[in-house]
Amino acid sequence: MAAEYALRMGDGKRVFMSKEKIKEEAIAGAGHAVDYGSIPDLSCDEIDKIIEICIMPGKSVSVEIGMEVPVTHDIGTIRLDGDQGNSGVGIPSSRLIGMMMHERAFGADTMELGHIDYSYKAVKPIVFQECQAMEVAQQNMIVPLFYGAMPNMGLYYTPDGPYENPGDLLKAFKLDEAFASMEKSAAHLTRDIVWIMQKLYASGADGINLDTTGAAGDADAYAALNAVKALREEFPDMYIEVGMAGENIIGMHGMLEFEGTVLAGLWPHQQVALAEKAGANVFGPVVNTNTSRSFPWNLARAITFIKECSKVSKIPLHVDVGMGVGGIPMFETPPFDAVTRASKALVEMTGVDGL
Amino acid sequence: MPIAHIMASGMTGLRAGGDLVARMELSKSMRIKEAKEYVAKKVGVDPIDLSDEYAMRDVREELGLGVITSVPNAPKGIAAKMNIEKVLDTKIKCCDTFRNQLKK
Repeated sequence: MAAEYALRMGDGKRVFMSKEKIKEEAIAGAGHAVDYGSIPDLSCDEIDKIIEICIMPGKSVSVEIGMEVPVTHDIGTIRLDGDQGNSGVGIPSSRLIGMMMHERAFGADTMELGHIDYSYKAVKPIVFQECQAMEVAQQNMIVPLFYGAMPNMGLYYTPDGPYENPGDLLKAFKLDEAFASMEKSAAHLTRDIVWIMQKLYASGADGINLDTTGAAGDADAYAALNAVKALREEFPDMYIEVGMAGENIIGMHGMLEFEGTVLAGLWPHQQVALAEKAGANVFGPVVNTNTSRSFPWNLARAITFIKECSKVSKIPLHVDVGMGVGGIPMFETPPFDAVTRASKALVEMTGVDGL
Repeated sequence: MPIAHIMASGMTGLRAGGDLVARMELSKSMRIKEAKEYVAKKVGVDPIDLSDEYAMRDVREELGLGVITSVPNAPKGIAAKMNIEKVLDTKIKCCDTFRNQLKK
């Protein structure tokens, strides 16, 4: 009987697979990315490298010495004092303590300050509280410190926001009204992000992290890219990181364009060009994990997409490797063995500049 | 999970030189190879040393770039960042804000 290796499914469950099965899964996962993204396949050597990383005997693995990369953090300190809604662990502490713990105790290369709601809209009424927190944090911190939040354009729709919910309008076949609602929401969101960051930059923020860009579809991405463009024009030295919500921009609107490119349906290697044009310094590409497929399938698929993205990118990539992205299982406490294998494989095989 | 990534692939921030390399990616959009070479040249080490806690501890102390432990009288917070500005020849926004708040 062939030796079997302990691996994971996309939901984190442990499974045992032979080397031949791992190879079969990796080839299929890479092929899936090739078909969907119309991008080059992995070579035989690259498939072998994925197998090698998957079957390494240790529970954790790491990159070769000299290949380390900086790590940025979506949500940052909220993971310590936040509740489960933010995958927080509920430790009673301040955000400043959380940031300093990440810097001085956890070895974080960068950190960010964020509101517990982690959406720009929610920051607007309390922006000066955030400015105060940023000023105090910058007096104490040394690593680059972003202000981070999600564009989260869904909050601009009824019942939470001022614009009629396009989901309801689309169901009623009121297409023009739905498109108009998305366009108004996007313009409002752009204004809010820019206004908030004008205040926070004046208070010493190193820059902005736009986390889960495009979560509400193409209009969400449109709003975020326009905010990046406006911020870059006003603040040439601001650090700007754009992290995506998903591997493909969903065409809720379908006809929105940024700098002449239709946003709907773009894959990571196409998204990065727009982030560059808008003025981002760093781009965070996403490849979603399929919970019904195995870790080697998901990892090979992620590597295929990210490798192409890295090849065409002129700006640094900090690939998203949180729960349910970048080959990591979709589980709130992702197994250590899978996390470190995805980490090593993406850094060593795709040429990304960070995580 | 973020700690797992830091241990598997990260540059470990102030323990070595991860924050310095990150600053050049973020301020100048340098990709990893260029950022490491730039920082290594500025602080006088080889690129491989930037993730080496042993090599970077003395460098950080000597250049006043901030260290991970609480050393009395060593530059911390914004003072360390002002030294980073000089060594890396880059601007840091909060240092500018701080300078502008000082009375002439």
